[in-house]
Amino acid sequence: MGVGIQVEHLNAWYGTTHTLQDINLHIPANHATALIGPSGCGKSTFVRCLNRMHETNPIARAEGTVKMGDLDIYKDVSPVEIRRRVGMVFQRPNPFPTMSIYDNVVSGLKLNGFRNRKVLDETCERSLKAAALWDEVKDDLRKKSGASLSGGQQQRMCIARAIAVDPEVLLMDEPASALDPVSTSKIEDLIFQLKTQYTIVIVTHNMQQAARVAENTGFFLNGKMVEFDSTHKIFTNPKDKRTEDYITGRFG
Amino acid sequence: MAGRIKFQQSLDDLKGRLLVMAGMVEQAIARAIEAYRTRDLTICEQVFRNEPAINRLEREIDQMALDLLAMEQPMAIDLRFILSVIRINADLERVGDQAVNIAVRVREMGAFANIDLPVDIPKLASLSGAMVRQALEAFIDGDADRAEAVLSMDDQVDDMNDAAFYSLSNLIKEKPELTPQSLNALIISRNLERVGDHATNIAEDVIFWVRGADVRHHLSKHQS
Repeated sequence: MGVGIQVEHLNAWYGTTHTLQDINLHIPANHATALIGPSGCGKSTFVRCLNRMHETNPIARAEGTVKMGDLDIYKDVSPVEIRRRVGMVFQRPNPFPTMSIYDNVVSGLKLNGFRNRKVLDETCERSLKAAALWDEVKDDLRKKSGASLSGGQQQRMCIARAIAVDPEVLLMDEPASALDPVSTSKIEDLIFQLKTQYTIVIVTHNMQQAARVAENTGFFLNGKMVEFDSTHKIFTNPKDKRTEDYITGRFG
Repeated sequence: MAGRIKFQQSLDDLKGRLLVMAGMVEQAIARAIEAYRTRDLTICEQVFRNEPAINRLEREIDQMALDLLAMEQPMAIDLRFILSVIRINADLERVGDQAVNIAVRVREMGAFANIDLPVDIPKLASLSGAMVRQALEAFIDGDADRAEAVLSMDDQVDDMNDAAFYSLSNLIKEKPELTPQSLNALIISRNLERVGDHATNIAEDVIFWVRGADVRHHLSKHQS
């Protein structure tokens, strides 16, 4: 099951650039939360702070509190452990190109030391079914490489790979922006189904996508979170003029 | 303000077409009342002739709004604006229908003597017409305060209609031979009361557009 995320006074820097400034919000468990805002506003940095990927850049640092359930991810656990609990899907699908579909999906488990074939088989099937890809690839699991799939299938395979390690949170950084409308629709359907089991945070430039998939939406601008509210409120009657200007395309 | 120039232009065009529609509808009501006042049936004919143009414009505005919803995926204040235009469009068309209804009654009254009736139809028309005008001015300027003022005018129109009902009912009892004229005047009074209701709807739509608050059916802006 997913866990809620409590973010308090989160600040992040790249070198001397203060890219996230005092972010406070609560992301409810088993909901999809969308983050919107213009390029460079800090939303991707924000999600990378949720799995401590931000600090993998040598000039980057973060301060503040991020609690997943009762766990303070900057105090109580190692970055490796937190990345097992928090799966991530990126804008462009990133399969391991030389690995089969099967090996791609179970790669996280293997990295975590799982070797039991039966467990790996079951996890592969369960994850691919959850990612709505099983029926399309079940006959070629070991024959085809992950890179041989279409873009939409690769992205669903990456989602299967992310959920194979049974995370509590799924971060998605523009997961459908490189996909055609049919594949996009499948990813959105998937988000709708997956949020019953995981807490989902999705970064998107597509306003309609945010409106379709997320219960709550946060608007970021210049490293600050301007407004966080129910998606319905944000897209029909936002409180802040800057939010309204952005979502109606008047921004700039 | 930068961004989405074509879309903003389309919203302006939509507003412009709705105001053309509003002008035609206001003219139809004014003509119907003039026909009542003068019993001039040629003016009634003008009202009948112009109704198809109002109906055509209603469909055109609906299509423009539908296209914008489908093609531009409007959000927030733009979405509320387009929804308001769709509703106001329907209300204006119904005001046009009321003008036709009044003209039909005036034509019927033409078969009878033009007598003094205990109802001030021009005054009632002036009041309900002022509601329409003020609601439209609020729409033109995006002025929710002015729209709110329209809501409070509706009671006065309702009171006048109630008084007309009472006095004309009495007249029918006292002088049954005046029943046809009295009934027609009663229906015209009712038509004008409905015009006031449509003006109220338009004002509520302006408030919804500007403030994002649903004030229909006495919902306060805090309950939206």
